[in-house]
Parts: sequence; C-alpha cells; structure tokens
Amino acid sequence: MIESSGTLAELSPETKLMCERPGTFSGGHRMCAGCPTGLFTKMLTRVSDEYEIVAGNATGCLEVASSIFPYSSWQIPWIHTAFENASAMMSGVEACYRSLVRQGKMRKKLKFVVMGGDGGTYDIGLQSLSGAMERGHDLTYICYDNGAYMNTGVQRSSATPLGAATTTTPVGSEGSGRKGNRKDLTKIMLAHNLGYVAQASIHDIHDLFRKMKKAIDHDGPSFINLLSPCIPGWKIDADMAVESARQGVECNFWPLFEVENGKFTINYRPTVKKPVTDWVFSQGRFKHLKKHPDVIAAFQAEVDKQWAWLEMEEARTK
Amino acid sequence: MSNLTTGKPKIVPITGAGACAQAMRQINPDVVAAFPITPSTQIVEDFSTFVANGQVDTEFVTVESEHSAMSACIGASAAGGRVMTATSSAGMAYMWELLYVAASMRQPVLMSLVNRALTGPINIHCDHSDSMGARDAGWIQLYSETNQEAYDNLVMAARIAEHPDVRLPLMVCQDGFIISHSIQTMQLEDDKAVKAFVGPHLPYHSILDTAKPVTWGALDLQDYYIEHKRGQEQGMRNALRVIQEVSDDFAKTFGRQYNLFEDYRLEDAEIVLVAINSVAGEIKEVIDELRTKGEKVGLLKIRSFRPFPYEQIGQALSNAKIVTVLDRSASFGAHGPLFTEISTAVYNYASGRPLLMGHTFGLGGRELTLRHIEHVISESRICLDKGEVGNRQGMWLNVRGDKS
Ligand SMILES: Cc1ncc(C[n+]2csc(CCOP(=O)(O)OP(=O)(O)O)c2C)c(N)n1
Repeated sequence: MIESSGTLAELSPETKLMCERPGTFSGGHRMCAGCPTGLFTKMLTRVSDEYEIVAGNATGCLEVASSIFPYSSWQIPWIHTAFENASAMMSGVEACYRSLVRQGKMRKKLKFVVMGGDGGTYDIGLQSLSGAMERGHDLTYICYDNGAYMNTGVQRSSATPLGAATTTTPVGSEGSGRKGNRKDLTKIMLAHNLGYVAQASIHDIHDLFRKMKKAIDHDGPSFINLLSPCIPGWKIDADMAVESARQGVECNFWPLFEVENGKFTINYRPTVKKPVTDWVFSQGRFKHLKKHPDVIAAFQAEVDKQWAWLEMEEARTK
Repeated sequence: MSNLTTGKPKIVPITGAGACAQAMRQINPDVVAAFPITPSTQIVEDFSTFVANGQVDTEFVTVESEHSAMSACIGASAAGGRVMTATSSAGMAYMWELLYVAASMRQPVLMSLVNRALTGPINIHCDHSDSMGARDAGWIQLYSETNQEAYDNLVMAARIAEHPDVRLPLMVCQDGFIISHSIQTMQLEDDKAVKAFVGPHLPYHSILDTAKPVTWGALDLQDYYIEHKRGQEQGMRNALRVIQEVSDDFAKTFGRQYNLFEDYRLEDAEIVLVAINSVAGEIKEVIDELRTKGEKVGLLKIRSFRPFPYEQIGQALSNAKIVTVLDRSASFGAHGPLFTEISTAVYNYASGRPLLMGHTFGLGGRELTLRHIEHVISESRICLDKGEVGNRQGMWLNVRGDKS
C-alpha cells in the first residue's frame, strides 16, 4: 500500500480541527455496509468555527438512507425536495439568507452546501447546477460520484466509466458494458469560471477535508467532485471502498487536483504509474473486460490523455 | 424598501399583469424566483424594475427554468421567507413535480398564475388547462374575473396561505391576455394600508435556525405518508373558513366584499350558468339584457376552486331548474373539471334536482361572444322545457365542424 499524503504523526492544523470538532452526521442511517459516503458528511461541521452550515441534498442513496421519517442522521439543518433541483432549491435558501441579512433580520454567518450523486449532478441536475453556479450563489456543491444511479439499483449515468456493467448496460452477446467515455463534469464546472473547483477522493480524507474547507470558506460558488465507491454497484467487498478509491487515484483514473481562480494544482502524483487494469479488475463490474482487450486499451488511452491534459493545464497556469 | 405611499387609494388604469406586479411590490416578499413566459412576463419585468429601483427588499433569483423557480421558492420558504413567483402554462407544467412538494411541505408559496393553454399544439392564449391540471397538487386556487379581483386576491393571498390552520401554497389565477394584457381602471390601495393588512411573515421551523436544526423533506414511507397527507387535506378544509375570514376583513378594510363564489342574480333564477374568470363579465351582461325580457337567469362565478365549497354551492343552486356549466379546459374522455365538481355539489347538497349540462369552450383563446352566451341560455331553456338535456350534454361551443 502507498501512503498518498500525510501521516497521523504530522497533523496539519486543519486535520486537528477535523479530529477535534463534533461531527454532523449520526450513525444508524441505512447506508450499505462499507459505504464511504458518510465519511464526508461527518466533516461538514468540522471545517470551521467561523460559520455554521445549512445543507441540501438531491434524491439518491445519501438522502434516502439518512432521512427515513421519523429518523434523521442530520444534526445540522438539512433539506431535500427532489432529484434534479438541489442546486436551485439551495439557491432559494441562500437567496433568502441574503435577503434577511440585508433587512437586518439575520446576523449569524451561514454557509450553504449542496450534495448529490453523479446522477443528480452530471445528468438530471446539471441544468439547475449550472444555473446556480452561473448566478454566483454562495454555495458549495459536493458531487459524490459513485459512477451510476445506485439508489435505483445501479443504472448507468453519464459518469459511468467505459465498459462498466450496470443494469442498463448489461453484458450480453451484443453488449460489453457502457459504451463510450464518461462525461467530464469537472471540466464543465471549470467552464463556469468558479473561484474554486476540485477533484477529491474519499480515501484521502486529509486532502478531502482541506478541499472542503477551501471550497466552503470561499465566498461564492464552488464545486468538488468526489470519488466515492459503491459496494454493490462496483461489485467489491464491503471492506474495499477506501482501497478501491485509492486505486482509482493511483492509476490516474481519478486525479486529485484543484483549480483556484483558474490556477491548476495537481495534489497527488503517483510515484509509480500503474496500469488501469489493477483497479479495473479488482471490481466485478468490469470483469467481462478480460475478454475485451480493445476496451481496456481504449480505457487506458483515455486516462492517459486526460492526465496529459491536466499536466499541461498545470504547467500553463503556473 | 423606500417610497411607500401613505394616503388615499388611487384609481389607476392598469393591466392585470401590472396590477399583480403592484400587489407584489406592496407585499414586498423576501424572495421572488421566476422565469419569463407569455402572458405572465410583465409581472416579472415590472417586479425587476421595483428591485432595480430599491422599492422592495426582495432578493430576485433569476432562475434558469420554472422547475428551478419553484425549487428556489420552496428553499426560500423553508428558510423562513415570504416567497412569490409568477408563471403560465408550460411554465407551471414544468414546475409540476415541485407544486406537490411545496404543498406537502406546507410552504405558503404564493403564485400569480396567468392562465394560458398548455402546449399541444403550442398556443399562447387563454384557457384553464394549466391550473385545472394542477387542481390535485394541493394548492389553494383563487380565480379572478377582473384586474381588480386579481390584485385583491393577491393582497389577501399571504394571510390565507400563511394562516397556521392552513399553511399551504396559493395561486391566484387570471385569464391570459383577456385580463393580463387589458388595461382596466381599478382601485390601487395605499402601500402602507396593504402592508398593514398583509402583516409580517412569521418563519416556521426555518432551516436557517442552526440552534434548532430541522430535517425538511425526509423519506416518508407507508408507515407515515398517509397521516401527513391527511394533515395536508385538513389544511385545505380549514382554508374554506380562513378564505372567508380574510375576505371579510378585506371588505372591512378596503370595502370590497368577496366570498368563496359570487352569486349574480341567483335567488329566483331558473337557468344558472356556472363559470370561472373573465367570461363571467360577458355572462353578466347577457343576464342583465335577458332579465329585462323576463328570463329568469343567473350566474354562479367560482372564486375558490381549491378548496371547493361544495356545500355552499349546492345550497346556492337549490332553486335552479337547470345548471349549465362552462368549462374552459377539457378532461379528454370525461366531463370538464368544473362540471364534475358542480355535479357533486348539486347531488349532495342541493335541495332541488336541477338538470345539469356541461359545455367546453374557449380552448387556446377561442372567443365566446355575447351571442354564443345567449345561445347557451336559449338552449338551456329548451332543455328545461323538454325536461332533459339529451344530446346537448358535453357540447363544445364555437368549434368549427362539431356535429355533437
Ligand atoms: C425526477 C425523478 N426521476 C427519477 C427518480 C428516481 N431516482 C431516484 S434516486 C435515482 C438515482 C440516483 O442516482 P445518483 O444521483 O447517482 O445517486 P446515488 O443513488 O448513486 O447515491 C433515481 C433514478 C426520481 N426520484 N426523480
């Protein structure tokens, strides 16, 4: 195993904050055993003492599993209304906050976080996300990307990687999983010229925490795309979520980087460049690709191309 | 908010859309989220000017769609704000999913709906397919014959919707173009008087209250969902009383009395027409004319379609001999929505047994002239004399090639 960044011995001030403050998200929720989604939700209130957080959620696993009436895991104000509108809904919350502050009816400093899966973000929620970001609301959007519509039973989304088997891209005599490359949502968000855009992974909580803090501290819209493996969707063992996310980063499928006011920083460079096959073949959703070397080659070529693009952008914006 | 007028009401020439924008300015909501669509656009444009001129405290969210408009309204309402929007037709259809959410979350979002035909084919003119399609969404629906009524209904809206026994979203409907774009003179009340009448908005479990965090919009399964829906229904039932109370107080304050419906020359009427919105104006004119000739004809004009005052309407129709209902929307393969409600009211609550006839008219803005209305009344007379409606049931009026 490779240490990606930081060790427990050398805690950054941010990490100390992360460990010391109480979390926001209580146990007892109905997420699958081994689901890593709760890792980032627990950090929400830990990012700062300077403000409090109000959160909104798109429909999806996190929403469904955390709020089955009359129970709720949320220890902060939290709202959900539908699948495709979380950004618009939170635009309204944030706009009301600004209105009340302007009228002198509200004095507290509040920050607003929106959460959605890849389906609720890349696909059905893309329009409302784009609108909210373009309008400049003070919102941090965190997309937990598990690569499919997991809540409804693993249907493909536009974030599903090439070749992955899902229930709507099944393997058969004519089908070898998802056709074509996934949509690059992080780039779409970059095109909105936001002050802060980052890619993070659930396995590196120090990096993730630092990014969440930066994104939420930032006044104005910000976006984090978070790799978050799904146990049943990826067909991995229940203790493998964190490790699988790590492998996704190690093979450059999911580079960790951030873009602050247009300046790119790659946060982690694998010391040994690993082929995507290590990661791909550790998951059941890709196992049929053993018989499709052409798909594997295309997968590797796409990962290499995107990594080259990222290095170029980093150099260009140095 | 600056430049509040104090003093006397003014008689102004204004369009229906302009009148609603004025009501919104006077209500001064915390948040407005809206998207342009003909014929409601003027409301949004006028209101934007009030924002730009600092005449309101409102945060105006210029959303990228009506789906987002309603989503933002719900979010802002959950954040403790008084919230308004305006739309028409396809715009409200696009909000559909969230209309139900606003009602089930008991968010008193206020909407100025300018009735326009739903697309299929696309059309910009008036009918009631948009609001009638949304009749089961859980919104209070108040209808308006004139610019004055659209304005007055909106001034009353917040107090009805936000009443603790109600807490439901409310739409005020007016006819696209016929009212929204026609200049009529009406009484614009004084800003301060309206402000005092409307009163302050009291937040309810605000999502901005971090000291008392609430979860809004939890997953509600078979063990609780139906109790929550029953609560929602209770809000609607209570609304019948609250609409009347607020209307009575409005009459005391501003001098115009509204009820759940309007009865026009009804007491001794043998033939009663039932209609909604602007066509009531033409019907009244025909009634006045026919009354001079001794025809006993009257009108029942709906104001509150949701909640529907079955009992009061049934009683009001007790002495009628024939009730002819004019629906400005179609429920394909079934009777029009207004006809269905009126039949229910008459069957259950009228002491008499009038004949019931239903017609569809005006889809996509097709006009209904005074001559058409006279014809409807003379046909009603024929049915009454024969003692049956027969094949006149379900006729579409002023339609080329209709052989029914
Ligand atoms: C308008 C609408 N369409 C479809 C659905 C059904 N639905 C609920 S959650 C979901 C998938 C969610 O996928 P994603 O956003 O990736 O989140 P995940 O479940 O993976 O956490 C779907 C299709 C819905 N609730 N609303």
